Amino acid sequence: MITAFLYLHIVKSLIYNIFCLSLISANSLDIPSLSYAQLKPMLHQTGDKVYVVNFWATWCAPCIKELPYFETVNRRDDVEVLLVSLDFPKHKTKRLLPFVEKHQLQSKVVHLDDANENFWINDIDTEWSGAIPATIIYTQKERKFYEQSFTLEQLNSEIESFL
Amino acid sequence: MKIIFAWLSILSLTSITPTNPPGYQVGDVATDFSLKNVDGTKVSLSDYEEAQGFIIVFTCNTCPYSVAYEDRIIALDKKYASLGYPVIAINPNDPAAIDGDDLADMKLRADEKGFTFPYLQDKGQKIYPKYGATRTPHVFVLQKQDTEHIVRYIGAIDDSSRNPDAVSERYVEDAINALLKGNQPQTTNTKAIGCSIKRL
Repeated sequence: MITAFLYLHIVKSLIYNIFCLSLISANSLDIPSLSYAQLKPMLHQTGDKVYVVNFWATWCAPCIKELPYFETVNRRDDVEVLLVSLDFPKHKTKRLLPFVEKHQLQSKVVHLDDANENFWINDIDTEWSGAIPATIIYTQKERKFYEQSFTLEQLNSEIESFL
Repeated sequence: MKIIFAWLSILSLTSITPTNPPGYQVGDVATDFSLKNVDGTKVSLSDYEEAQGFIIVFTCNTCPYSVAYEDRIIALDKKYASLGYPVIAINPNDPAAIDGDDLADMKLRADEKGFTFPYLQDKGQKIYPKYGATRTPHVFVLQKQDTEHIVRYIGAIDDSSRNPDAVSERYVEDAINALLKGNQPQTTNTKAIGCSIKRL
């Protein structure tokens, strides 16, 4: 009886430990899914930095190619990068989270999950056709929108033009 | 002196004229084309003598948003081809710039999905810039008037690219339903997230 009880206890604590571990690993990757209303303030920060917002998705080859450049500029003290994933909501757990973990992305990543694209694409920039990659670079004073891919040199020189 | 002035005025004119025209606006006349279909034939708008117009969809094999729309594009053709507005799909990507979008890949996908419409390759990428397509999928609804094709709608197929079950606005259907009744579409320009068109 006692052995059975002990056995049960061990199994229970094992399950509890596995549960905790899974919580920890899930928490270590905090990628919130946001509505556009929740995202919008992040596109209009008022600090002293140059803010770089890149719209991307794990399936977008030209986006993946330029991601390391955004990671590079994010290391600068005067630059803050936000990576806004437009992955399908159903792909968040299977593709987005593993991608961010595998590539150890250091920039802040959020997932935009908002169906009203025809509204928020224009609200972000009327020049944006909706194709990704797309990028905004802004400071308190100035704001530019880019529907294009960047090389590291292009990205650096654009950022310099804001400083 | 006069020559210099003339030269300067030409220079200032050229700087005002955009080098890349942004493509068609609603009301513009769309160009015809002769592009190769997945069955090996060439397809032009002028081949469709009975058509009242067209649903031109710039789309491709490799963009997940295009794939998410395939069934809805097939449904559009099934519904509207018999009413005079057939679908013509055009792949604008340079197959040298992305794996999976050459004519053989396109044929494979068209067969797999049972496309009921032509799926053409914009070889040399000459047609999509004229239309002003910037992403896949990107739709242009054309209405035939005599021998011309007038652009009546530019944009997204509906308002829910990522989830077909959550569609509330069917932009392309609304536009064609209006045209079929002899009216102009109420919504003529919409946007959706899509993939950039691939070039070298």
